[in-house]
Amino acid sequence: MSIFDKFGAIASLRDDFMELGVNPFNVVIEEVLSATEAVVNGRRTILAGTNNYLGLTFDERCIAAGKAALEGQGTGTTGSRMANGTYAGHLALEEELAEFFGCPAAIVFSTGYIANLGILSTLPGPRDPILLDADSHASIYDGCRLGTGEVIRFRHNDAADLDRRLARLGERAASALIVVEGIYSMLGDQAPLQEIVAVKKKYGAYLLVDEAHSLGVLGEHGRGLVEQAGVADEVDFIVGTFSKSLGAIGGFCVSRWAELEHVRYAMRPYIFTASSSPAIIESTRVALAVLKDQGGELRARLWDNAHRLYLGLQRLGFSLGPETSPVVAVSLGRSKEAALGIWHELLARGVYVNLVMPPATPNSNCLLRCSLSAAHTPEQVDAIVEAFAALQTQVAAC
Amino acid sequence: MKQYPEILDALYEVLQPFVGEKGVVLSEDTALVGDLEIDSVKLLELMMEIEDRFDISVPINVLPDITTVKDLALKLEELLN
Repeated sequence: MSIFDKFGAIASLRDDFMELGVNPFNVVIEEVLSATEAVVNGRRTILAGTNNYLGLTFDERCIAAGKAALEGQGTGTTGSRMANGTYAGHLALEEELAEFFGCPAAIVFSTGYIANLGILSTLPGPRDPILLDADSHASIYDGCRLGTGEVIRFRHNDAADLDRRLARLGERAASALIVVEGIYSMLGDQAPLQEIVAVKKKYGAYLLVDEAHSLGVLGEHGRGLVEQAGVADEVDFIVGTFSKSLGAIGGFCVSRWAELEHVRYAMRPYIFTASSSPAIIESTRVALAVLKDQGGELRARLWDNAHRLYLGLQRLGFSLGPETSPVVAVSLGRSKEAALGIWHELLARGVYVNLVMPPATPNSNCLLRCSLSAAHTPEQVDAIVEAFAALQTQVAAC
Repeated sequence: MKQYPEILDALYEVLQPFVGEKGVVLSEDTALVGDLEIDSVKLLELMMEIEDRFDISVPINVLPDITTVKDLALKLEELLN
């Protein structure tokens, strides 16, 4: 018996993909042409599945800042934040994030995944309850798994269900940490945050909102769903990422509690990971400044594109997520083979979207997940709709 | 206070839909994954249903220790009493 035997099903699926000539879970971007276009399989392709919401990956100011840091500070820090890996830029970014959110404390992590791993594995102590929305991202589940808290799921976006589960905890509810997301990555739907906050207040629990897909996308100043819902004073922790709206890589946690600073010294995923390179930190700082200064204009373009795609696909009769969002998910059937065929056809027509299969999907159906960017032109969005329109029959039969 | 036999009977009822065409006769030794083919996602959904039925919290941390119906019934008995 080989140590690899347990990966037999994965190996078989991979072989099927290779026969098709392209693996949807290992797509190679052969050449990046812009924030919205690349060469894939030798063909010019519209990128409609990159989470590059504000289109800042090719922003000249961000690139210049990254270049200057690369030349002036080197290629990497070669150490963790707790050792030699905290440069002035890391601290400056933390201060800028704290100011942006109006919070007294902020911590920068090397990825968004590590941010959730660090916070959720450390903040809840042994047997402290963690109440998770059932559709939470894998990084949230994994962070809880690494820690010692008791993990209880509540039904997706169902504040009444959360209420019932907190009630069962009795006095322990006051130490519970509730975790929700601003925009859920698969279907693009938003958390009913005001209702969640009302339940949180009823029990005196704590609330963490992951704004990975909503930073820069929601709220008058782009601070996310917390700002849009007007509940900043009631949310205890906000986690987010630099790898979507800010066009780089990294993660953060900000809090209305200054004591977050103490947690920094206890988080193993933070302590034992090399810190972000200076180039990443400096491009992120500039991206955050762009978000502050010009975010409104970018957001308006992003939402125009989101409405254009959602309405275009809705008119064609596709089954979509419950609300218009920069994440537009086309629901297919359960057949992975059929979903793969449709995804491949879209790629052949010059449109890249994400193919998502169960168990990563919320309802056991396969999804074609599109994400829009402020950098998409209306013509590109129309081209995405046309590519889907050409596959209507296959999707209906899927 | 719920006794083990009562919990077991309730579990058989909740698990019956998973028997389907498999021809499995539910018993304490029935394996949730091996016999009833309940995958990880279905298991999480099932636990929410069980929580509501018994009006208790079952942290998902306990799932790795549960293989059979008996494991689940014993865990529920422990949590309920």
